[in-house]
Amino acid sequence: MSPRICTRCAKAALVALVGGCSGPQSALDPGGAAAEQIATLGWTMFAVATAILVAVLALAAHAALAPADRPAWALREGWVLGAGLAFPIVLLSALLVWSLSITGQGADAPPAPFRIQVVGERWWWRVTYLGPDGRPLFSTANELRLPVGRSVDVELTTADVIHSFWVPGLAGKLDMLPGRVNTLSLAAGRAGTYRGQCAEYCGGAHALMAFMVVAETDDSFDRWMAAQAAPVAEPTSDETRRGRDLFLASGCPACHAARGTPAVGAIGPDLTHVGGRLTIGAGLLPTHRGTLAAWIVDPGHLKPEVRMPAFPIYRGEDLRALAAWLESLE
Amino acid sequence: MSGFPNPLPRPPEELERLRAVWRAPSGWRLISAVNNSYIGLFYLGAAMLFFVLAGILALLIRVQLAVPENDVLPQATYNQVFTMHGTMMMFLFAVPAVEAMGVYLLPNMQAARDLPFPRLSAYAFWAYAVGGLVFFCSLFFGLAPDGGWFMYPPLTSYEFSPGHNADFWLLGIGFIEISAIAGAIEILVGVLRTRAPGMTLDKLPVYSWAMLVFAVMIVFGFPAVILGTALLEIERGFHWPFFIAEKGGDPLLWQHLFWFFGHPDVYIIFLPAAGFVSAILPTMCGTPLVARRWVVLALVATGFIAFGVWVHHMFATGLPKLSLSFFSAASMAVAVPSGIQVFAWIATIAKGKLRLTVPSLFVLGFLAIFTLGGLTGVMVAVVPFDWQTHDTFFVVAHFHYVMIGGMVFPLFAAFYYWAPTASRRALSERLGRWCFGLMFVGFNVAFFPQHIAGLMGMPRRVWTYPAELGWGWINMTSTIGAFVLGLGALVFLIDLARNFRPFTGANAGNVWNAGTLEWLPGGTSVTRSIPIVTSLEPLWDQPTLARDVEDGRYYLPGTATGRRENAESCSVFGAEGHPASSKAAHRRSTS
Ligand code: HEC
Ligand SMILES: [Cu+2]
Repeated sequence: MSPRICTRCAKAALVALVGGCSGPQSALDPGGAAAEQIATLGWTMFAVATAILVAVLALAAHAALAPADRPAWALREGWVLGAGLAFPIVLLSALLVWSLSITGQGADAPPAPFRIQVVGERWWWRVTYLGPDGRPLFSTANELRLPVGRSVDVELTTADVIHSFWVPGLAGKLDMLPGRVNTLSLAAGRAGTYRGQCAEYCGGAHALMAFMVVAETDDSFDRWMAAQAAPVAEPTSDETRRGRDLFLASGCPACHAARGTPAVGAIGPDLTHVGGRLTIGAGLLPTHRGTLAAWIVDPGHLKPEVRMPAFPIYRGEDLRALAAWLESLE
Repeated sequence: MSGFPNPLPRPPEELERLRAVWRAPSGWRLISAVNNSYIGLFYLGAAMLFFVLAGILALLIRVQLAVPENDVLPQATYNQVFTMHGTMMMFLFAVPAVEAMGVYLLPNMQAARDLPFPRLSAYAFWAYAVGGLVFFCSLFFGLAPDGGWFMYPPLTSYEFSPGHNADFWLLGIGFIEISAIAGAIEILVGVLRTRAPGMTLDKLPVYSWAMLVFAVMIVFGFPAVILGTALLEIERGFHWPFFIAEKGGDPLLWQHLFWFFGHPDVYIIFLPAAGFVSAILPTMCGTPLVARRWVVLALVATGFIAFGVWVHHMFATGLPKLSLSFFSAASMAVAVPSGIQVFAWIATIAKGKLRLTVPSLFVLGFLAIFTLGGLTGVMVAVVPFDWQTHDTFFVVAHFHYVMIGGMVFPLFAAFYYWAPTASRRALSERLGRWCFGLMFVGFNVAFFPQHIAGLMGMPRRVWTYPAELGWGWINMTSTIGAFVLGLGALVFLIDLARNFRPFTGANAGNVWNAGTLEWLPGGTSVTRSIPIVTSLEPLWDQPTLARDVEDGRYYLPGTATGRRENAESCSVFGAEGHPASSKAAHRRSTS
């Protein structure tokens, strides 16, 4: 193989490797400056570590396979100290300085005029947007939206056990601890949907506690903000009207709020705009009529140990109407 | 050597009396044996039993994760299974296994007849074996703990874990912790006091040094977790709020207490394994360890630095950046002593001529795997990188590289290497090669891909994952590797069943032509007399030593008091002169 082809192969392999490692939840597919810096740091460390590993293995192989006349270097202790003491100290000091320079850095994007409070609950995320004065603007669940190119402070805490808020595409993780508020600054460099997931084992359905972060342009973000602030719209069809009435008449309002209706429950997610969210059940299923209906009938089947009771009383038309109304809440 | 302490010929009935005093009870009464060689082997057997059981749990985990959205194990069962796997591997296998090896090897290596407190070892063993079995059986009643092996409150406190599951963990592990401390005290005193005359600290085997540091670390580290478990149990039982924020407690207190033990624990497990390697390589290379002083210094340094790194398990908790940087620096620094040892081992290989026996293969496998694990260890010590990889499969891969590479491979090397001291037959070189090959390949196939899974966003401790995230092929590969690794372990068990014959009174002898004293004839039963040590590899430097010992020319060739007698040395310098007959450790058993 000629060296040209060789480099081309290597490049292709690298692209395949990096491409194969991309994905909506990959730390190797950064969508923001913070994740980008860490990814660069990571790739550099992988390269240096590979070189060191190969060198150590080659040295060991050489030592093991060396002919009977022992290599002269082996008989001196000095190189053991050189390779085992001096070399790592120099290298690690450099690494420490570099990593600390990243650790201390905040995002340099201009700040957004709002903050987001995220409360970890078993096993979903309560999301509240706060105005500049700290007053809540509206509440939603399992989904954050950000304007591209702005840095948003996300205040993290928990309602029960420890969780950890992690969107690998945008930043490292930060724990949500009882009695504390940790602040993470999130900034997306490009529009897109990033998946996040709870990273601290929180019992039960920990594996099914995900969320979405949608980064969008200023225009569509502003439109979204305005829509979220609005209450539930008046149903436009008989079916959705029936769905709303069923919702209000059954046990749902005890746990769920739908702003603009008498439902003000706060145990479960705010459903005011549930139809406009990408997923239900904390990243579990895409939002549409079918999944909503399945969820209402038996959420525990889809998400074991879930803290919402099953409603097998709903069937047929009733169930379809309820699901249709929820789906219409964009 | 001219002046032997005891003249020849020896009185004819002397040897038989000596043997009778040290003979272990026979038949089922064997379990009442109180002597390090027996307790050490029981201990090791129990540790291996838990290794196999926890390994089966690991395979269950791998079956469940093999494909996305799998439902072989339901969520609640999976949560118990991974909690038990981690807990058992750490508390019921790793620490006890290296402690057991210490109990078994140290007196032999130091040419003492027993450790100073044989009953304490027996106590440590039985507390552990019974506690461990009861703990394991909780799995069959659905009562196994499910809070993860580090049991973070508030998840594990009364509000969120109202069942008895967590109590099983706290009480079961409480027993194991106490047993570990008992064993450590035995080893600590044993290294310092029960050495052959002349074995001053500069002639102490590196393995003994490793065990000395190991024991000191246990004595310092385990009380923290004992305190933690006690506080949590009190919180659960009596609702005292140690870890409950809204009542004035702090969940981070548990994390500090746990990791103040938990991180040193990693080195508690690794240092003895490093000791194995420093003992095996010189034999296999036919040359003393290169840079021995630096290796000893590295062991001691690791013991110190290891207590300054625990916060690297808490980088994502939002602690102030300044404290993070301190712990980041310390965590990197702890890599340095390991580096020194790695290069000293390579230098030893280069200086001598390595025989590619099964123990050597396991040592080479260890070098490769552990080096990689060390390198990823430096990566996760880097704060921002850890923010991405913490609690993901990258970390899972990292610590399996460090633990399996750094401890299990050396342990298998040790099994193959030292089996001839305990068993009438050595283990099979042919099966051993298969065992090594399968384990090495299986291990890497199982765990290397997990680095990638972690970087691609897969958190640890998830019982299922969606197909869209592209983790399927990684996990399938991992599962296949895990089964190959399991097959390797199975080959080892077959080898044991076919060849391992302990407690027969005879052993296979110095099959590797090693230089240290555990290879004196007599092996585990009792050495005929206790030699005067004049160098690091006495069997190499004094060609007639084995015969002189066997003839009874050295100390304590018989029994003076009719009870078990042992050499006792000054802690630091080793005895110059006569081994005092120590307090009889054990009344003479039946005639
Ligand atoms: C006892 C409290 C409770 C009741 C009553 C209840 N829910 Fe829920 N609900 C929850 C909780 C808690 C969640 C979050 C579950 C999760 O994702 O882990 C939830 C989630 C949901 C979601 C998904 C929201 C999202 O964004 O992920 C929908 C839709 C929903 N509930 C609809 C209903 C309907 C319709 C009713 C009445 C028939 C109802 N719920 C009754 C507690 C309740
Ligand atoms: Cu969680």
